[in-house]
Amino acid sequence: MAKIKTTYKDAINLALVQEMERDDSVFIYGIGVPDHKKIFGTTANLVEKFGKERCFDTPLSEDALTGMALGAAINGMRPILVHIRVDFSLLAINQLVNQISAFRYISNGKFKVPIVIRNIIGRGWGQGCQHTKSMQSLFAHIPGLKVVMPTTIEDAKGLTAAAIRDNNPVMLMEHRWLYFQEGEVEEEPFILPLDKASKIRDGKDITIVATSWMNVEATRAADILEKRGVSVEIIDPRCISSIDIDPIVKSVLKTKRCIIADYDWVYGGISGELSSQIYDWCHKSLKAPIKRIGFAHIPCPTARHLEDEFYSNSADIIREVERILGLPEMDLTGEEFYSYENKFKGPF
Amino acid sequence: MDNKIIELYKKIYLIKKVEDVIKDNYFDDEMKTPMHMSKGSEAIAAGVCFALGDRGQYFSTYRSHAPYLASGGDVKKFFAEMYGKKQGQYAGRAGSMHIASPETGHISSSAIVASNIPVAVGAAWANKMQKNGKIVVVFFGDGAMDEGNFWESINMASLWSLPILFICENNKLAVHTRPEERQGYSNIEKIIEQFGMIKSSALGISVELVYDITDLILKAMIEQKRPGFIELEYYRHLEHVGINSDINETYREVDNKRFCKDKDPILELRERLLILDINVESIEAEISKEIYVALEHAKKGEFSDISEIYKDVFYG
Repeated sequence: MAKIKTTYKDAINLALVQEMERDDSVFIYGIGVPDHKKIFGTTANLVEKFGKERCFDTPLSEDALTGMALGAAINGMRPILVHIRVDFSLLAINQLVNQISAFRYISNGKFKVPIVIRNIIGRGWGQGCQHTKSMQSLFAHIPGLKVVMPTTIEDAKGLTAAAIRDNNPVMLMEHRWLYFQEGEVEEEPFILPLDKASKIRDGKDITIVATSWMNVEATRAADILEKRGVSVEIIDPRCISSIDIDPIVKSVLKTKRCIIADYDWVYGGISGELSSQIYDWCHKSLKAPIKRIGFAHIPCPTARHLEDEFYSNSADIIREVERILGLPEMDLTGEEFYSYENKFKGPF
Repeated sequence: MDNKIIELYKKIYLIKKVEDVIKDNYFDDEMKTPMHMSKGSEAIAAGVCFALGDRGQYFSTYRSHAPYLASGGDVKKFFAEMYGKKQGQYAGRAGSMHIASPETGHISSSAIVASNIPVAVGAAWANKMQKNGKIVVVFFGDGAMDEGNFWESINMASLWSLPILFICENNKLAVHTRPEERQGYSNIEKIIEQFGMIKSSALGISVELVYDITDLILKAMIEQKRPGFIELEYYRHLEHVGINSDINETYREVDNKRFCKDKDPILELRERLLILDINVESIEAEISKEIYVALEHAKKGEFSDISEIYKDVFYG
C-alpha cells in the first residue's frame, strides 16, 4: 500500500473524491461549495469531476438545506452538507435536533439517515464571536447525532470516508488550522472506526485527553516538558458523541493524573462528561483532581491580545501540569509556541 | 357509475369515523398523546392522495390522522399507536404527532411548524436525481407560511424545478391567531406566481373538487416540469389540539361557525350519494366495523418491553 505526501485538507479532498467515485448516491452541497475558493481547497475538482448535480452551490438557507439532507437521505441518497463555519450550522439547529437526530428513533428504526455535515471550526484571524466557535459539546449532547473530530491527516481521510459510509447523521468537526498539516497518508481508500480514541503520544507521568487542535498544543507542551523529565501521555477521543473511555481509563490508571484539554467552552462542555466518566473508573487511583482546560467562558473577542486569552494553548497546559505535579514554573523564554501569524493572515 | 366518488367517500368517512371513535374514548385517558384533529380537512388529504396514487410521497404536520389514513395507512396499527402499544405503527414511540405510514407513501409527520417542508424538498430532489417518477406532496397550514423554512423551501423547489406539490391547508388560524395578526401580505397566490409554480386555490370542502384540481395541477407540473402549489381553505372544526370544540371562542368568526355546520366535507358528499341512490349506510357500516375491530385490538395490545427503549437511536 503506497503512501502519498499530502496535507490535512487534501486528505479530506481525496476521501471525498474516492467516496463519490465509489458511490453514485453521494453528493456534496452547501454555500460556496463549488466556488473558486473550494472551501479552503477541500472541495477542489469535485464539480469538475462529478458535475453540478453532485456538487452544487445553494441559496443561503442553512435551515432548509439541512432539512433537505434528511429528505434526500431517507430517499436513498447520501448527502454531504458543508458549513464553512460551524457557527452557521446554528441556523439549522431545529432540523438537527428536532428532526435529523430523532428521525430513525421515532420511526422505530424504520429509516436510516446517512448524512454528513462538515463543520469548519475554530480560530482564525480576528474573526470575533460568530466565526470562531467549535461546539462539539452542544452537538454531542443530542442523542442521535455522531460527533467526530479528525485530528491527524490519517483521521482526515479515514474518518471522512467512514462518516460518508455510515448510515447515521455524522457531524464532522474540522479545525481550520489543522488544514495546513503536512504528512503522509495511504492513497488507497480506507476507513477508520468512528467511535475509537487514538493515542497520540506515550508517557507515564500524566495523561492529557485532548480534542482536535488541542492535540497540537498538548504535543508541543509535552515536547517542552520532556526536556525537564516530565513524560506526558496524550489521548485523542476523536469521537465526542460516544466517548471511547477504555483507552483513556487505562492511561489514567497508569499515570494517575489527568488534564482534559478540550477545544470548546469548559463550562457545561464535553470535558465535564469526560471528567465524570474518568472519575467513575479512576477515582481511587488519582493522585490529583482532574483539571480541565478550554475556552474562557465568554463570547470570543476580536482583538489579538483578547483572542489569545480566550483560547488555551501549550503554555496553559504546561502550567497546569506543573501545578498538578507540584513543580515550580519553568522559564519558557525562548520556547517557540504555535502561532499562525505567518501562515494565516486572513481575511477569512 | 363512477366508482371514484364512492372510493373518495370511503376515504373521508374513514377519517371522520376514526376521529369520532377517538373522541368517544379520549377521556378514558388511555390514549396519552396530544392530538391535532383533522376534522374539517378530510377532503384535502383524501382528494390529494387519491389523485397522486402510487406516485405520491406525503410529508405532513402533526395534524397527521388524515394523511395517514388517506394514504392507506393500516387502521389497526393506527389505533395501537394511539394507545402506545407495541402493535402500533411505531410501537408507541411516535404517537399521534409523529405517526406515518411509509409503506403507503406517508413518509413522516412533524410537530414543529413548517419543519417538514424542507425535508419534503430534499425527498423531491432525490426523486428528481433518481428519475423515479415519484411526486412529493407536503401538507402544511397557513401558520407555516410565517416560518423562514417555508420561504427557503419554496425558493429551492422553484430554483431547482423539483417535482413537489405544496398543499397549504388554510384554516386561517395559527393555534388561536388569525392571519391579520401575522401576515404582512394579503395574497399568497401572487407571491407563488413569482416563483413560477403551477398554482391554484379553492375551498377544500368538496373532495371531488380537491381531486380534480390536484389532478389538473399534477398534469401541468409533469408537463412543464415545475413545482406546484395549491391553497385549500377549510374550517377547523375543533380546537388547535385536543378533541373539544372552540367554536364559541372569540377568535372564531361567525362565518366559521356557519361553515363548520353547513360545509362539512362528509355531509356534502353523503347527500349527493343518497341522491344517486347509493347504499351509504352499508359503506359506512363496513368502515365502522373495521374501526371498532382496530380499537379493540389496540386496547387489548401489550406495551413494548422497557428494554426496547434504547434501540434504534443509531443504525447498526
